[in-house]
Amino acid sequence: MKKTDALIIGAGPTGLFTAHQLKLIGLDCEIVDNLDKIGGQCIELYPDKPIYDIPAVPECTGEELTNNLINQLKPFDIKFHLNERVEEVNKDGDNWVVKTSSGAKFQTPNVIIAGGVGSFEPRKFPLKECEKFENTSVMYSIRDKSIFEGKIVTIFGGGDSALDWAVELSKNSIVNLVHRREEFRGAQATVDTVHKLVNDGKISLFTKYQISSITGEKQLQSIDIKNDNNETKTLKTDYILGFFGLIMQLGPIANWGLNINKKTIEVDTEKFETNQKGIYAVGDICNYPGKLKLILSGFHEGALAARACFRLAKPNEKYRFEFTTSSKTIKDRLGVKGD
Amino acid sequence: MAKITYITHDNKIHTIDVQNGLTVMEGAVQNDIPGIDADCGGGMACATCHVYVNDEWFDRIPTKEDGEEDMLDMAFEPKKNSRLSCQIIVTDELDGLTVSIPTKQG
Repeated sequence: MKKTDALIIGAGPTGLFTAHQLKLIGLDCEIVDNLDKIGGQCIELYPDKPIYDIPAVPECTGEELTNNLINQLKPFDIKFHLNERVEEVNKDGDNWVVKTSSGAKFQTPNVIIAGGVGSFEPRKFPLKECEKFENTSVMYSIRDKSIFEGKIVTIFGGGDSALDWAVELSKNSIVNLVHRREEFRGAQATVDTVHKLVNDGKISLFTKYQISSITGEKQLQSIDIKNDNNETKTLKTDYILGFFGLIMQLGPIANWGLNINKKTIEVDTEKFETNQKGIYAVGDICNYPGKLKLILSGFHEGALAARACFRLAKPNEKYRFEFTTSSKTIKDRLGVKGD
Repeated sequence: MAKITYITHDNKIHTIDVQNGLTVMEGAVQNDIPGIDADCGGGMACATCHVYVNDEWFDRIPTKEDGEEDMLDMAFEPKKNSRLSCQIIVTDELDGLTVSIPTKQG
C-alpha cells in the first residue's frame, strides 16, 4: 500500500495545478487518471482548440496549456498512475484507502477529486444486444489485431480511429466501413487512402448507414444497417468495431457517499471539502453557489483545497502562508536560487 | 423570449419560456428537464446535448457551424434532424420551437 499526503483523481488542468500547490506547501501527492495521457478534457476533447480566458495567457490550445502545466510541475517528483480508474474509496481510521482498477492501493488522509465530469469511457453502440458480445465480437478498442486475420470486420465511425483501423485491417481481413454520412472527419490523407482502397475493392464502404440490429446466438452472425430512408442491408460479419469517441461517465464516484447533484459534487467554498472529511472536489466536478466551470476557477479551488490538506497531512504542524517571490523554503522546493 | 417545447423520451411535454440569448441546451438544464447532459458545458466538444428538431422547424433555425456535424457523429442515434442544443441560440423567431430528447446521450 502506497502512502501519500494527498491523492488527486484526475490529471486535467485543475488536478495538475492542485499538485503544484500541494508540492509548494511541502506535501506529497500522486495522481490517478483513467486516460492514457495527462491533460484531461483539454487533451482529449480540444487539444487544438484555442482557449482565451486563462489569466495572463492571451491564447493557448488545450495541448499547450497541458504542456505548460506539466512544465510547471518539473521541479517536483510526482507519480502519475495513468490508465487507472479509481474504483473504491473506503474510510480507515483517520485515512482513506483508495483502490484503483489495476489493484493499486493508496493510504492517504486527503483525496482530491479533480475529475471533470467523470472518467472517459468509449461510446457504445445504441443496441442493447451488443452488450452480450462485448469484448468477444463487439469491440471499442483493439488490443490484438491478429485475431481479425482472415475474418470479416465491420467498422463504424468517421474519425481517425475508424479510418486508421479500416486501412490497417484491410491488409489481412475483409473490411466493411459504415458511417452515418458521406463526409469523414479524419485526416484528409487517411480519407484519401480509404477511398482508394474502396475503389480497389479492399474496403466495402456504406455511408449514410447506421446499425439497426444484430443477429447471433453464441456467436455474432450478421448485422443489419439502415439508412435515413429506412433501406436495410444485412452484412455477414465476425466482428464489429465501434469508434464513436469517448464520453464522460461519473462511474464509481457515485458510490462514495458524497452529496451528488446533476453529476457534480457539493463542496464548501473554504476548503472545497465534500460532506466527507478529507475528500475534496475541485474543478468542473464540484458545485457550490456561483460555481463557474472555468479552468481559472479550478486553479483557485485547487489552491484552497491544497491548504486544507495540510491540516490532515501534518496535524502537528501549523501551515504558514508564504509567497513564491520571497519564501526561501518554497524556492528550495522549486530548486531555484534565493536572492 | 421564446416558448420552447422539449419532448422527453417518455413523451412528456415540457414547454418553457426561454430568454433570448440562452441556448436551447441552457433552457433545458436551468429548468431541470431531464435527458440533456451537456457534459462540456456548451463547448461543442461532447455531443451530450443532442436533440431531434421537429421537422417543421429544422430548416427555420440557423444552420450548423463547422464542427457540429463532426460531433454529431458521436451522438447517440443521430438522425437527419439531429442538432446539438448548445448550438441553437434562442431568439424571438424561435417561439414555438419543438425539440425531442433522445433516450440517452451516450
